[in-house]
Amino acid sequence: MLWAVATILFLMFRLMPSNPLAAYIDPTFTVEQQAALMAKFGLDRPLWEQYFIYLWNLLQGELGDSFFYRQPVGTRVLELLPNTLILTFSSLIIAYTFGIIVGAWLAWKRDTFAERAAIPLVLTTRALPEFWLGMLLLALFSFTLGWFPAGGTRSPGSEYASYFALYTSRDFLSHLVLPAMTLAIYSQGLPLLLMRSNMLEVMNEDFVTMARIKGLSSWTVVVRHAARNALLPVMTSFAIAVGYQIQGNVVVETVFSWPGLGRELVNAVSASDYPLAQGAFLMIAVVVVLMNLLADLLYTLLDPRISHA
Amino acid sequence: MRSATAEPANTGNPVMRVLRKIRLPLDDPFAVVGLLIYAVFFLVAIFADQLATHDPLEILFDKDYQLAADLRPLEDGFVLGTTSLGRDIYSQLIYGSRSALLIGLTAAFMVAVIGTVVGLLSGYFGGWIDILLMRAADIAFGIPFLPFVIVLAAFLEPSIWNVVLAMALILWRDTGRVIRSQVLTLRTRAYIDAARVSGSSDLKIVFRHIAPNILPLSFLYGSIAIGWAILTEAAISFLGFGDPETISWGYMLQDAYASQALSQGGYYWFVPPGICIVLVVVAGFFISRGYEEILFPKLKE
Repeated sequence: MLWAVATILFLMFRLMPSNPLAAYIDPTFTVEQQAALMAKFGLDRPLWEQYFIYLWNLLQGELGDSFFYRQPVGTRVLELLPNTLILTFSSLIIAYTFGIIVGAWLAWKRDTFAERAAIPLVLTTRALPEFWLGMLLLALFSFTLGWFPAGGTRSPGSEYASYFALYTSRDFLSHLVLPAMTLAIYSQGLPLLLMRSNMLEVMNEDFVTMARIKGLSSWTVVVRHAARNALLPVMTSFAIAVGYQIQGNVVVETVFSWPGLGRELVNAVSASDYPLAQGAFLMIAVVVVLMNLLADLLYTLLDPRISHA
Repeated sequence: MRSATAEPANTGNPVMRVLRKIRLPLDDPFAVVGLLIYAVFFLVAIFADQLATHDPLEILFDKDYQLAADLRPLEDGFVLGTTSLGRDIYSQLIYGSRSALLIGLTAAFMVAVIGTVVGLLSGYFGGWIDILLMRAADIAFGIPFLPFVIVLAAFLEPSIWNVVLAMALILWRDTGRVIRSQVLTLRTRAYIDAARVSGSSDLKIVFRHIAPNILPLSFLYGSIAIGWAILTEAAISFLGFGDPETISWGYMLQDAYASQALSQGGYYWFVPPGICIVLVVVAGFFISRGYEEILFPKLKE
């Protein structure tokens, strides 16, 4: 799987019309200097040889050097990964908590006015362009009301003793609120709708009817019996949502100048920094593939009735 | 569930037959709202030349030959105000509907057609065709979509068609898988056996007997893909990889963001394009919901 993605990536970056070193070569370089550079990066060799060198390097975790930062891509990408993961997980945890509770509640309140009004509203949140939502929140809460900082992860000039101190600081968290809320508003729809439809299905099953006949209160029936069982498929969707969110982060990170993988990819592509763009892309792809795999595993693990051939 | 085109059976005319199979979901109020939204945007796109008050890219000046920049709505007769370069926001919005619908419909068409063909071939023939196509789908699932579009758009000439190309290359995977599983159940039906026994060729069975029954499913995925395409185009333009010659809602938002409209409270500039995007995308969702209720009537009980 990852091999296939890496191959497509290689072909995309190598078969493109522009010279990959265009950003690196100064116009004042002589032809000999250019040729020397080509040789240094191995670009003078035949394509298939470049391809095998590329794969071999990948296996060793070697991603090359960034043209722009003049430092190994691997270090740079690993530095940015935590920022992206923190943003993704905090927004998804908010989204899932909200979605599960409200989804269950809507199933309980089936055919009331609240339920009928809520569904189109939820569909509308799924239709919002994430970056536009981010722009609205930014304009409203940051520029007009001044409640939250406008971008980045920390105030200029602030230093922290350790990553832990940084990530738990008030400063960092206040920077996190708006981008996390943007992503959470966008992603709560999936768990909400899933939870609702699962609940409706579970509520018709015999064991729920049985619990009702036993005279248990409707709260106990809904929460202890129905919600628990409806929760399983929603939890497996979490893994897929992580993979999906990692790719969607690109725009939100850009709006909020959040130094994560997505924004780095955009900057690297704009600056023709091929090794860095390739590295960021590959890292995102790794997360997506791993999460798809995890979803498959969770699926069989949580529900033994399903087994994959 | 009653189908929308309930005219007497008109088996001779292939166009009518397709229309009947598509089954527009006119029973569902949401779907009707969605279709109405589309109708309005279609009219706007067709009559954009008449509706727009200015050339969307022209830099405008007021009567004193001053740049007509950063005007508020209704100031000097500009309905929605002007951008910081002195361009008319309302006219940009009108012309934006053209590129949105163009991209949305072509991308949806590509995704639906490719996905349907893949699903049909994979599901009906099985064997190595199935293995090959489903492996390809697995790979497509492993490629992060938005980053892929960004890289593609950055390397190719800036054009609105990059988004369509990227969607055609990647997003057939969802449609393809779902249709494949639908075909797997259809091909065991008795009428397919009957067709085979009566000497129909494989191709005839696939396109004449199976394809019509999965058309609503293709349309379901197509109507979702319209929204996806418009959202993707907006994101790509916003990130600065769009076509600067074409006015789109995403381009307007990028322009507003880059011109500091956010910190200057320029809500009149960046709110309307976003609302237009939401309306078109949500219309697609509403229509797809209507299809879901036709296809899976159990949900409604």
